[in-house]
Amino acid sequence: MRGKAELFLIFISVLPFLSLSFSAESPKERRVLVLLDDLAIKSSHSLFFDSLKSRRFLLHFRLADDPEISLRRYGQHLYDALILFCPSVQRFGGSIDVAAIADFVDSGHDLIIAADNNASDFIREIATECGVDFDEDPVAMVIDHTSYAVSDTEGDHTLLASDNIIESDVILGSKKIEAPVLFKGIGHSLNPSNNLVVKVLSASPSAYSANPKSKLANPPTITGSAISLVSIVQARNNARVLITGSLIMFSNRFFRSGVQKAGNSTKHERSGNEQFFTELGKWVFHERGHLKAVNIRHHKVGVTDEPAMYRISDDLEYSVEIYEWSGTSEPYVADDVQVQFYMMSPYVLKTLSTNQKGLYSTAFKVPDVYGVFQFKVEYHRLGYTTLSLSKQIPVRPYRHNEYERFIPAAYPYYGAALSMMAGFFIFTAVHLHNK
Amino acid sequence: MVVGNAESMKSDLLSSLSIRWIKLKTKQQEVLIRVSILCLVYILAFISRLFSVLRYESMIHEFDPYFNYRTTLFLTQKGFYEFWNWFDSESWYPLGRIIGGTLYPGLMVTAALLYWSLRFLRFAVHIREVCVLTAPFFASNTTLVAYFFGKEIWDSGAGLVAAALIAICPGYISRSVAGSYDNEGVAIFALLLTFYLFVRAVNTGSLAWALASAFGYFYMVSAWGGYVFIINLIPLYVLVLLLTGRYSMRLYVAYNSMYVLGMLLAMQIRFVGFQHVQSGEHMAAMGVFFLMQVFYLLDWVKHLLSDTKLFQAFLRVTVTCAVGVGVIALGVGTASGYISPWTGRFYSLLDPTYAKDHIPIIASVSEHQPTAWSSFMFDFHILLFLFPAGLYFCFKRLSDATIFIVMYGLTSMYFAGVMVRLILVATPAVCLISAIAVSATIKNLTYLLRTKRKVSQTGSTEGINGAKASSKALLDRSQPFQKNSAIALLFGAFYLLSKYATHCNWVTSEAYSSPSIVLAARGAHGDRVIFDDYREAYFWLRQNTPQDAKVMSWWDYGYQITAMGNRTVIVDNNTWNNTHIATVGRAMSSYEDEAYEIMRSLDVDYVLVVFGGVTGYSSDDINKFLWMVRIGGGVFPVIKEPHYLVNGEYRVDKGASPKMLNCLMYKLSYYRFGELMTEYGKPPGYDRARGVEIGNKDVKLEYLEEAFTTSNWIVRIYKVKPPNNRW
Repeated sequence: MRGKAELFLIFISVLPFLSLSFSAESPKERRVLVLLDDLAIKSSHSLFFDSLKSRRFLLHFRLADDPEISLRRYGQHLYDALILFCPSVQRFGGSIDVAAIADFVDSGHDLIIAADNNASDFIREIATECGVDFDEDPVAMVIDHTSYAVSDTEGDHTLLASDNIIESDVILGSKKIEAPVLFKGIGHSLNPSNNLVVKVLSASPSAYSANPKSKLANPPTITGSAISLVSIVQARNNARVLITGSLIMFSNRFFRSGVQKAGNSTKHERSGNEQFFTELGKWVFHERGHLKAVNIRHHKVGVTDEPAMYRISDDLEYSVEIYEWSGTSEPYVADDVQVQFYMMSPYVLKTLSTNQKGLYSTAFKVPDVYGVFQFKVEYHRLGYTTLSLSKQIPVRPYRHNEYERFIPAAYPYYGAALSMMAGFFIFTAVHLHNK
Repeated sequence: MVVGNAESMKSDLLSSLSIRWIKLKTKQQEVLIRVSILCLVYILAFISRLFSVLRYESMIHEFDPYFNYRTTLFLTQKGFYEFWNWFDSESWYPLGRIIGGTLYPGLMVTAALLYWSLRFLRFAVHIREVCVLTAPFFASNTTLVAYFFGKEIWDSGAGLVAAALIAICPGYISRSVAGSYDNEGVAIFALLLTFYLFVRAVNTGSLAWALASAFGYFYMVSAWGGYVFIINLIPLYVLVLLLTGRYSMRLYVAYNSMYVLGMLLAMQIRFVGFQHVQSGEHMAAMGVFFLMQVFYLLDWVKHLLSDTKLFQAFLRVTVTCAVGVGVIALGVGTASGYISPWTGRFYSLLDPTYAKDHIPIIASVSEHQPTAWSSFMFDFHILLFLFPAGLYFCFKRLSDATIFIVMYGLTSMYFAGVMVRLILVATPAVCLISAIAVSATIKNLTYLLRTKRKVSQTGSTEGINGAKASSKALLDRSQPFQKNSAIALLFGAFYLLSKYATHCNWVTSEAYSSPSIVLAARGAHGDRVIFDDYREAYFWLRQNTPQDAKVMSWWDYGYQITAMGNRTVIVDNNTWNNTHIATVGRAMSSYEDEAYEIMRSLDVDYVLVVFGGVTGYSSDDINKFLWMVRIGGGVFPVIKEPHYLVNGEYRVDKGASPKMLNCLMYKLSYYRFGELMTEYGKPPGYDRARGVEIGNKDVKLEYLEEAFTTSNWIVRIYKVKPPNNRW
């Protein structure tokens, strides 16, 4: 009795904590590890960090060569995201290496990489793992003699003012970024074999990547709009990665400075950097563009239960609820979600109709082919997490008693059989009688 | 005279009475002996097939029996209608297989009935035990049928010998040991039963026997695809009888009722269905059926017409018309596609080289290879010599029945030469014909011995009937020599038959009782080593992989994976879709990245290969690999056999072709094998099955990872990695 009462008391006293920890209203603070070359960056880039903190991110600042740091302990990842603001690090302290970071991303966590000129091989290697190749020349920077930002030092065309921003409300928010984004750093190109990486901010066609201090001896390795300034990768497990060749883009100085593009008279009070990175930060950390599909259902018309198997030519209904996460779950509305009824190739391809409240549904007839089919929804939209839903369902042929018993075409045969029987009977009777 | 007459009559009556008594007694004795011999043979046939259970355990053997076992289990659990309509989504992913419509249900239904009746009698048996013992049980029944068949075509002595011969004949035992739960187990019984009942129907002209043979035929059709042999042999037999002028009303009744009813019954089996009237293999029976009617009509007309000239004219016209109509019907039917042409399997029976050139999938099966002389000797032993002798006796006493057994023997011997596994079909005929030889010889010899004794007895006691006695005495003069030689020959026969018995016993225990799923070998100290790797791997699959995981392997292991591992397979031993098998063959013989694309398109989660390099197990996937290449290349011409050969030679060592050294099968078989020391005094990576050091010791896998390797490396399972996360 006493033991039970004690247990009950303990339970009662723990209950508030338990219920608090599972509350949907106050999600757990997400921990972000920020690795720096120099702790000064903490203050020089404070605006960017503050915007994260204001969105309930818990930032842990560490020096990149701190021997204490590690990404996982006892098989658990310690952080939800990682920011590498340490372009010149040769090797990390602690247990972090390229493989650890790749594993971090592969287990679904987000990553921001900012390089700089003189970026270390280490950072380049991580970028290569993500499908992005920085210019191999260590002293090269992106130079643009037409769309540079007007600055005090005449002839310095490495400070670019780019407005080649990807047009995507999902990635950069619905508010248009008016001012050009300032960039100063190294360019990168996208690996053509990687189709998950997307340019967010690209250089103008007149840009090239070379050493600004020396004369151009060889043609630059990457030129024009092949140069990406800021790229994002959304991995197959929906981990998001932001890669840029410029750490200074995130700095308070760039966030606050005015910008005037060369050859353009409009002078903006503020560069677009703050808005650009705040919005992009929201995207990278899954505050926007995160789709979730729930309640995937299919059943025969008129039946609510999901069958274990369909029959050919069954009429079925398929429905799925899709929500978008942007702070709260909201119904996702689109008219281009399609479902496939798939067995090695799609036999049925239907666009799902939505009720504007997140429910997508359609009805179709099972094709006249038996086999193991899949309901497949492959929804790839720029900026959104990939929806790749598949549900296996076998389709069987008719059972022996599901065919029509009497068909009109067979009536002559029925008649023939019956008349034969009758004739045989009469014949026998007559034959026996006459004997 | 009168008195003497009366006396003699009285004594005759007395003697006949006493003789009748004695006769009755000897007849009883004979029946007693015959029944006890039959009982012993029945038991012998059963117990000599239990070696496998004693040596290993009560388990299902080989490959196909696992499918049969799985379906029987399903039948007993879900009932007949579910079984009949079973659509299996676990095999042939993603096509699936309509099991109810693509199997011969006879075996499963038989086993399920046995199981249910044992259950009804309150015997708490497991269905596996029933399945294991079904084949021996039916082998015992076959001996009974063989007895009656022998009695029908020769005499009861031949029947007894036939029963004894077939009970232990290795050719039959090879497919009917305990655990060999395959269609042939019951089909040989059904085959012999059908033939016996048909011969009986021809001999008696009885409608009842003909109907019984139709039902026997139905059972055969429900049990095995080999029924095609019956439906071609019987018309051939009828045709021979017609041509040799042995047409009779008995034949007419027997054949027509058997054919019509048998056809209707056979069409009830879903797997046969309309094939029975539409496919080329069955056309001979239909043609003979119509020919019979023409014959009957002619007979009737001959009976009506007294004028022979008129009849001759009529005959000419009718025969020409009938043949013309038949040829036209066949031509139109074939051209319009209503009559399907012969299948590849049928062609390969008639022309042994056909499969090798056209259907590699048939040629790749070891039991479809042409038979070697040694295996004839192995499976028949002395029957091989007794068979021609028996044929001689049959020809000496030609009757409808002996013509049948001669034809059965000759045709099945031809087919046995074409395919190893058809030795099975020839076995009953060989046993029966040999039994005739043995029985007739021994009977003649014993007759010689016994007549002499009788004559000497009558001579000493009575000494009357001068003329007869003198004639017998004349015969007797040559008999001492004959008697001795008869005794010698009898001893010879006894010696041969006992040799046969010991040979059969030895073959059964040594060669035909291995389950092939558990391997046994002799260890270094002469002890028995058991390799139970297959089951280890299948149980690993069952325990450690997701329920809906798809396993790709070469088709040989498909049935076992579904039955024991309970996982979905891409292809299995029911080789109905050549393209699907060729796709797997292509994946196995491609480079890893190409294979990865194929495996992704088939949703493959695991790949299973069988590898004998560590244990020296020679029937592994590397040795089967050229067939994968050939079958894959038959559909996908990008796969070319010469790429895997060096100067026409198949090798895995350093001299192997680069494509061979880097194809998926090679990599999966030899992954990390280069680090392993298999034999003392040999370099690491020494393949004991091929006896060479492998050529590519540093195998790197990019798209797959090793998931499980059994303790003796016989089965290796790899997991297909998901696509690269960041690319």
